[in-house]
Amino acid sequence: MTTCPHCPTDNWPELERGYRAMLPEDVLAFIDGNRDREHSESLLIATLHMVQDHFGHLGPGHLEAVAQLMQIPLAKVTGVATFYHYFRLQPRGRFLINVCLGTACYVKGAEKVAQKLMDELGIHFGETSKDGVFSLESTRCVGTCGLAPVVMIGEEVHGPLAPGQVPALLESYLARAAEEMAKV
Amino acid sequence: MPQPVHDFYQAMADRVGRSLADRGAERQIVIQVGSATCEHAAGSQAVADELVRHIRASGRKDILLHRTGCTGRCSREPILGVRLPGRLPVKYERVNRDLVHRIFTEHIQGGTPVAQHVLDHEAGPLPERELLFCEGSRCHGSGPGLRERFAAMLAERGVSRESVRIGAASCFGACGLASDHPASGGPATYVLARPEKVLYRVSGEEDLAAILDGHLVGGQVVERLRAQEEPIALAFMERYGDVAFFNRQSRVALRNAGVVDPESLDEYVDMDGFKALADVLERRDPDWVIGELAKARLRGRGGGGYSTAAKWTMARKQADATRFIICNGDEGDPGAFMDRSMLESDPFNIVEGMIIGGFAIGAQKGFFYIRAEYPLAIRRIQQALDTCRGQGLLGRNIMGSGWDFDLEIRLGAGAFVCGEETALIRSIEGERGQPRVRPPYPTDRGLWGHPTVINNVETFANISAILRYSGDWYARLGTEKSGGTKVFALAGKVRHTGLVEVPLGTPLARVVNDIGGGVTGGRELKAIQTGGPAGGFIPASLQHMEVDFEPLQKAGSIMGSGGMIVLSEDDCMVDIAKFYIAFSQDESCGKCTPCREGTTRLLEILERITQGKGELADLDKLERLARLCQRTSLCGLGRAAPNPVLSSLKHFRGEFLAHIVDRHCPAKKCVALIHYEINPEKCVGCTICARNCPAACIAGARKEAHVIDQAACVKCGNCFDVCKFTAVDRV
Repeated sequence: MTTCPHCPTDNWPELERGYRAMLPEDVLAFIDGNRDREHSESLLIATLHMVQDHFGHLGPGHLEAVAQLMQIPLAKVTGVATFYHYFRLQPRGRFLINVCLGTACYVKGAEKVAQKLMDELGIHFGETSKDGVFSLESTRCVGTCGLAPVVMIGEEVHGPLAPGQVPALLESYLARAAEEMAKV
Repeated sequence: MPQPVHDFYQAMADRVGRSLADRGAERQIVIQVGSATCEHAAGSQAVADELVRHIRASGRKDILLHRTGCTGRCSREPILGVRLPGRLPVKYERVNRDLVHRIFTEHIQGGTPVAQHVLDHEAGPLPERELLFCEGSRCHGSGPGLRERFAAMLAERGVSRESVRIGAASCFGACGLASDHPASGGPATYVLARPEKVLYRVSGEEDLAAILDGHLVGGQVVERLRAQEEPIALAFMERYGDVAFFNRQSRVALRNAGVVDPESLDEYVDMDGFKALADVLERRDPDWVIGELAKARLRGRGGGGYSTAAKWTMARKQADATRFIICNGDEGDPGAFMDRSMLESDPFNIVEGMIIGGFAIGAQKGFFYIRAEYPLAIRRIQQALDTCRGQGLLGRNIMGSGWDFDLEIRLGAGAFVCGEETALIRSIEGERGQPRVRPPYPTDRGLWGHPTVINNVETFANISAILRYSGDWYARLGTEKSGGTKVFALAGKVRHTGLVEVPLGTPLARVVNDIGGGVTGGRELKAIQTGGPAGGFIPASLQHMEVDFEPLQKAGSIMGSGGMIVLSEDDCMVDIAKFYIAFSQDESCGKCTPCREGTTRLLEILERITQGKGELADLDKLERLARLCQRTSLCGLGRAAPNPVLSSLKHFRGEFLAHIVDRHCPAKKCVALIHYEINPEKCVGCTICARNCPAACIAGARKEAHVIDQAACVKCGNCFDVCKFTAVDRV
């Protein structure tokens, strides 16, 4: 347990315990390892990436824990987390569907694919399906324009996609989610 | 005098040479599978897995499964290459697991290629050999004449066209190297003989006859004509020279893409990798490095087109000795993916470019700023950095030179504005990525207040090539104002989408038609959009203009990072302008009012027009607001954001007027301005439209003409898409 020289409050050890309990080991190790580095505050974005990789989103508690442990004002941590599109402040479904709305996809009918996804899932961009399996987002170009229009599910890219292929695609991920559930 | 750097490089090259020679002796058959984001998306992983199963089951020990990056032939992926000893390399397109089985049994085991699946292959048997003539427009053009003469000589000798193919390539990149040749003098061209991998330098009919008799008939290499030079694109052309999409390009930045295994330092070193760095560290003369870049007329490939030599010089002459170098890999333009491809397919080359840059400006540390949306690129660069550090190419005492330098990756987090250099610096510092006023420029006060050079990925990709082949050579490839080549990401309504690298000064039409294969579906070309959201439209009437920074700017567009979107007559220019403004509006960081509010109001006006509610006064408003936004925004993003509006107004004003005055969308794209009708003459009453109508607004009995209830129609276009009798009209 480290004591923070900059915040000699009576209850810091107790507070620190609480904050540390909110973050996974690898993130704590990363923060601890960087503490004495020059410009360690510049690793805030990298830290937030790790937290989001672990939890799938950045909750208010996570932001506060990062702020306290890195000794960066919560206002700044929140400012950074809300500035960048990549950070999500709400929990999301098991699979994140990113519909590419870049130029190449747009001129090749990405809007129709997006509409079909919304119809099938019954949700709009930024929402999560009731069963918690899918979240729907739009993105600007995933850089696979040759396959336009594309949809990225998790880290997998699918394309070229016609609206008619959407139900089968969703079905395959539903099956994967069910399989995972069965294992648990 | 001890030469530690020279000895270090020599030992490394020797070790690599031995290990690759051992591998080649053991495994003479090479099967090549692409491994990059596009390739994975197209299914290359499953193809590779299937190959591993086949190789294992066959029990053969002479087959090497070679992972490479991506060649940039996106629409035909996954691509699989087969190289049998002494035979022409064969590439297959759109390979799946079933096709793997056929290729393995028929081609690899049986020796006969599966002709109908060969990449871009037209009907007919595959040739056994090929002679590829270099016909770069910059080397005095004796190529075409010699090629035609040679074809005629072959015919006279009765050599069948099927066994020997005569091809033309755009450029091997040998231009200017010839002057060092002892036999130089008079016009000459280069001829690559495949599969023997021999490069000849040919200057007349006598030489052609010698190749015909000696090489083709006699089966002996004509040593007298063998070129001493090793042009930069040789390895690439050896593998891909038979495909028009590739041989009409000039590969410099992308020379190793699809050739080397991106995770193998050995293969990169085998392509003369780190030779340029060794040379730089041996000379220990930063001014020489910058001088070569100046001679090369290398201009920043990120969009601005600022002289790289000038930028490096500015950082170098600062009094502050703490300096940084940054690689901008925050490729955010929709429709651009060349940076991703270079980071994924040839990571060591970018790393080498950065180390050289670090040395030239006197930096101690450098950063890769890569967007988080590119997980594979991040992994490959991290792997390359770790390998380099382990091999003494990065970190302390680089190559035994006594010089220390290190590189680190920082991730973007999905903010387009972070591609702007001052915003990018803020982001690396861990702040909100908002730009600040320039000057001071980053070369003066950048990261943490220290002099900082920021260059694009493609700029770094060219550095080692320039230092190896000289600045003069690089300059000769391009135009008077800008040297070298530029990579474009060709996408949209074009037949062959993918990465295209051509010399600056190449006509646009050549890129779109000769390499891209023209517009899809036999439609007419309407415009070519370059430069992404900060760029503009080049109308079809200007398609013969040369691609370079100034001409594009004059036409109201910009080079930008190299996105090139082909638009056909089916695309509505008002709609596309709206698309880009929506993008910029969404990505505006909000710091300055002209950009934040200006893009919002521009978008509102464009939305009005596409909904058929526009007024003539809107056109003036658009123009005035766009100019205001251009003049008064804080950073380049805001200043360039109105470009799509201004250039579409300039070249396609008629389309705006059609929307406003006639309430008509000529491209039939704007939903509010079109409706669907069923032609009773053509409708056979198959009911497929009615069954697919989400609004249930199509009435009609079986075998009778159907009718759309216009009041209830939501204009989704399903009926138009599903009708097999083209009975639904969009009007």
